Amino acid sequence: MNTEANRPQEEPGSPEEVSRDRREFLKQCAAAAPLLLATVRVVEGAVASANDDSYKPEEHNYGMGIDVSKCIGCGRCADACKTENNVPREPFYFRTWVERYVLTADGETVVTSPDGGIEGFPSTVSEKGVLRTFFVPKLCNQCANPPCVQVCPVGATFLTRDGVVLVDKDYCIGCRYCIQACPYGARFLNPITHTAEKCTFCYHRLVQGKVPACVEVCPTGARIFGDVGARSSPLVRFKHFNEIQVLKPQLNTEPKVYYANLDGEVR
Amino acid sequence: MPQQLKRLAIVFLILVGSLIAARHYLVPKTFGVLGHYRAAAIDANAAKPLVYAGHEACAACHPDIATMHDDARHRTVACEVCHGAQAAHVESPGDHIPPAPRERSLCPLCHSYNTSRPTGFPQIDPVSHNPGRACITCHNPHAPVPPHTPQECSACHGEIARTKALSKHAAIPCTTCHEVAEKHKITPVLSTPTKPQTREFCGQCHSQEAKAAREIARVDLSTHGERYVCWQCHYAHSPEGAE
Repeated sequence: MNTEANRPQEEPGSPEEVSRDRREFLKQCAAAAPLLLATVRVVEGAVASANDDSYKPEEHNYGMGIDVSKCIGCGRCADACKTENNVPREPFYFRTWVERYVLTADGETVVTSPDGGIEGFPSTVSEKGVLRTFFVPKLCNQCANPPCVQVCPVGATFLTRDGVVLVDKDYCIGCRYCIQACPYGARFLNPITHTAEKCTFCYHRLVQGKVPACVEVCPTGARIFGDVGARSSPLVRFKHFNEIQVLKPQLNTEPKVYYANLDGEVR
Repeated sequence: MPQQLKRLAIVFLILVGSLIAARHYLVPKTFGVLGHYRAAAIDANAAKPLVYAGHEACAACHPDIATMHDDARHRTVACEVCHGAQAAHVESPGDHIPPAPRERSLCPLCHSYNTSRPTGFPQIDPVSHNPGRACITCHNPHAPVPPHTPQECSACHGEIARTKALSKHAAIPCTTCHEVAEKHKITPVLSTPTKPQTREFCGQCHSQEAKAAREIARVDLSTHGERYVCWQCHYAHSPEGAE
């Protein structure tokens, strides 16, 4: 206070002026400090985000499109699925499989899926006269309102933030409730681990930015994968340009596997 | 506080304490972080190793084949459909050599005739189609084309060709009456050949005034057949008439 009052009377070049310069300098420093810190933080943030190529689940909501008119029933999807996910090779365990529908002239509908279609389908189909016949790939519908998750007594199956229903195989008690609850028959009990198992949309591939194995190997592009809510994704285009149906819509499971050119007989 | 209440409180506190301790030890660490499940299970699912590398990984080292393949009819067929899952090959190319299937059993998985396959998908009968020869002797699997497009109408329309060959119209080529666009050979259903649309077309030979050979049957177009086009009553591939 005293120095402030005396300042005008001081001579230039006196020690007091030096100290005033120091004060100015310190003041400027103080003013600059937050800016400097902010700069450092921004730079740090930029470095961190450059290193941070980690997967952000909340940015995705996955779904799959299936164009029934393109499926040739080669079964490469079911085969690749078993390879990628180490599914037992016995013909009872499938995360995805291909069904053949044969609608005969006398109104009968015959659905077959020998070994899930992995070994192909026999060429001759029916002696009665075939009205329509086609292949339908099936898999877990990754419901937005999944009945299997509701019934799990221990919370070993759940819906992730990116819209995939997963199984916690270390926590599953193998009670089979979820297998009973699934209206699409998409679950099975793994005979080795005795835990429930199902299609995960190849979750380990998704986090690496790759598509599921069945989509990768489908030779005709009958399977389309992408984000449901994205502004532009292969799936969004597919849904836009085709008339879309889902399986068992009356159950309100809100499936995220979308079928195009689906026959009314498909259940 | 009465003594018995004190004792009760102690017992109650021990019970609550043991409950908290039990919860601490029994409930998994990440349970309930994101929802009614172990958040760590997501990482466990995500940590599985890749088996299929994806076609982008193949193209990085084999650009010449990838370029040829991407322009050809098999462009939607990923490398690993035929060569098997190859993430191991991407990791250490020398130790895992992908198989190059040359046997006849692989291609029919997609290309053997099956009634349920979509119309137009190229299919053959493996029993009668060049039996015993490997598919790749004639077809390049990376850029397959049918060996040749059928030039003759009879390649597909054999029954009509055989009928016509024995009829009075045997000498008339198909294209006299049908205009066939080149596209018909590629997409037969989407580009169908034309049929004669007027009575005068047949009249070029069969009317009273026609300058055709004398032995050709003649009718009076003004009275014969009213408003119908000729082929609605006469089958032009095997026309009736006195021998």
